[in-house]
Amino acid sequence: MLKLQHIHKIFNEGTPDEKVALNHINLTLEAGDFVTIIGSNGAGKSTMMNMISGALTPDVGTITINGKDVTNLPEYKRSKYIGRVFQDPMAGTAPTMTIQENLALAYSRNKSRGLRSGVSKARKEIFLAALESLNLNLENRLNAKVGLLSGGERQALSLLMATFTKPDILLLDEHTAALDPSRAALITSLTKELVEKDSLTTLMITHDMQQAIDLGNRLIMMDKGQIILEVSPEEKKNLTIEDLMNEFQRIRGEKMVSDRALLST
Amino acid sequence: MFTALFGSVEQGIIYAIMALGVYITFRVLDFPDLTVDGSFVTGAATAATMITFGYDPLIATLCALLAGFVAGSITGILHTKAHINELLAGILMMIALYSINLRIMGLTTENAVGRPNIPLSSSDTVFTMLHDFWSTLGIDAMLNNLLTATGLTSLPRTWGVIIVMFIVVFIIKFMLDWFLKTEYGLALRATGDNVKMIRSFSANTDNVKIFALGLSNALVALSGALIAQLNKFADAGMGIGMIVIGLASVIIGEAIFGKKTIVRATLAVIFGAIIYRVVISLALQVEFLDTGDLKLITAVVVIIALVIPYAMNKYKEKKRRAKRRAQLMKEVTAMPEGEKPIA
Ligand SMILES: Nc1ncnc2c1ncn2[C@@H]1O[C@H](COP(=O)(O)OP(=O)(O)O)[C@@H](O)[C@H]1O
Ligand SMILES: [Mg+2]
Repeated sequence: MLKLQHIHKIFNEGTPDEKVALNHINLTLEAGDFVTIIGSNGAGKSTMMNMISGALTPDVGTITINGKDVTNLPEYKRSKYIGRVFQDPMAGTAPTMTIQENLALAYSRNKSRGLRSGVSKARKEIFLAALESLNLNLENRLNAKVGLLSGGERQALSLLMATFTKPDILLLDEHTAALDPSRAALITSLTKELVEKDSLTTLMITHDMQQAIDLGNRLIMMDKGQIILEVSPEEKKNLTIEDLMNEFQRIRGEKMVSDRALLST
Repeated sequence: MFTALFGSVEQGIIYAIMALGVYITFRVLDFPDLTVDGSFVTGAATAATMITFGYDPLIATLCALLAGFVAGSITGILHTKAHINELLAGILMMIALYSINLRIMGLTTENAVGRPNIPLSSSDTVFTMLHDFWSTLGIDAMLNNLLTATGLTSLPRTWGVIIVMFIVVFIIKFMLDWFLKTEYGLALRATGDNVKMIRSFSANTDNVKIFALGLSNALVALSGALIAQLNKFADAGMGIGMIVIGLASVIIGEAIFGKKTIVRATLAVIFGAIIYRVVISLALQVEFLDTGDLKLITAVVVIIALVIPYAMNKYKEKKRRAKRRAQLMKEVTAMPEGEKPIA
């Protein structure tokens, strides 16, 4: 389904700010895989996701989706089959547009945009049904501007929009990190529900180790631009946070330093 | 006085088309496009040149619209493909158009390459055509009779321009309202609202921007073509400060009529353009103000339109808080002794 081969990325090469963000990344996802990604700040997790989405281009390496080489395909073309939710709840929606208009934007993702009405009667029914499944009462606020929603509501809407057209790949970059614990829990369970419903092939970055263990069938750990640990579906079933900490210490010969990782245990 | 106001409403309706164009870039696309000063003249120059060559004024006006579209698209290409900053792309296009406009008008003369102006005093224009048609209807006589009955003595030449241009402007408004609700229109609005997000929903934001800039400048050029025909004169300098007038119209309209929905905002822009013209013509009636003060008056009007909504909001908020405080105080004093919160 998704294949990253020998991906390298250096920022600001040849300057004092030079930073090796990705160093020889290889990763393969089968259809229906749900991979959680953990790793310290600056490990290159977001950079890897931006490579997949097309927001960044690798210096070296190839990216294949469904057997098609997309390494140099522009972001807007790739996003026909890639759904994304960002950390910032403001990032995934258009604030001055209404809830139904935002859903219409999402609905058109894998179709060509023409001069048909964005919110037709038939579509409104689809939007209503989808919103009802969120249980946030948003179905009664179709004409409310999204900028008026709370962070949690916006993130739920972003998630719904990202998965609306059943994308081949779903990318979640710490999409619960900016929310308070109860809202984060809500979005986490919603994520689980939406991903399972259509068995979406998913990559989810999180700094919450428990969340990384609870969700998905595979787990990878990144550090300093590399994937340092891959946990298979069988191993993941009995995985604990302690296992992950020990594994990190064994590989790197040092204690895990991510304060955020420690805080969340 | 009445005829002066009448004339400014007439002009205002035509400038409203330009203001709708400015609304598309500044408000919908969130792109401060300065091409306007140039593309307004491009419209005027194209129409005047073609009319001088004997083309049908309607065809000439249509070509002016297309020329504006091309000009705006080039600004868009400069920004999206050559990665030139938004303001700079517009400014570059604006000054380039100044020369191009001279060249366009220069086509009408053998003796020179460029030409700074074209009079249309003896040519057929869309408005002479309109006049011919309108005078057969007898509406003018009817409306003027009504006015005479109210005691007015100085009567407008014709109602044709105002009425027909109102219809034209509203047709443009309704088409724009409709367009901004289509799939493509939604993508355009989202590009102005959250470009990163709409790109993640597979919109080619470069093309959207280029198209929106083209559409905006097409309307601006149409407005320029009509103004040139109404005033029977195209001039290389007639676009100077046009962007400020466009923005003034948008800001005044929004301040008075609000901008909650697209339908409301486009209506506001149209009336903003008319009000701007009326205010300017009223200001010029004041004894010590001179036509040279026009830009100063514009600046003051825009500042007022920007400050008043802010001040009004603040005042409302203050009143709301005072009311709330008074209510709380009443509740506290009504409480039995001993339950009162310690002051
Ligand atoms: N656009 C950029 N320019 C320069 N450096 C960057 C850029 N994006 C990320 N980096 C650097 O690359 C490294 C990896 O960043 P990132 O992928 O965001 O890490 P994380 O794992 O925390 O998501 C960091 O050191 C970061 O500072
Ligand atoms: Mg990150």
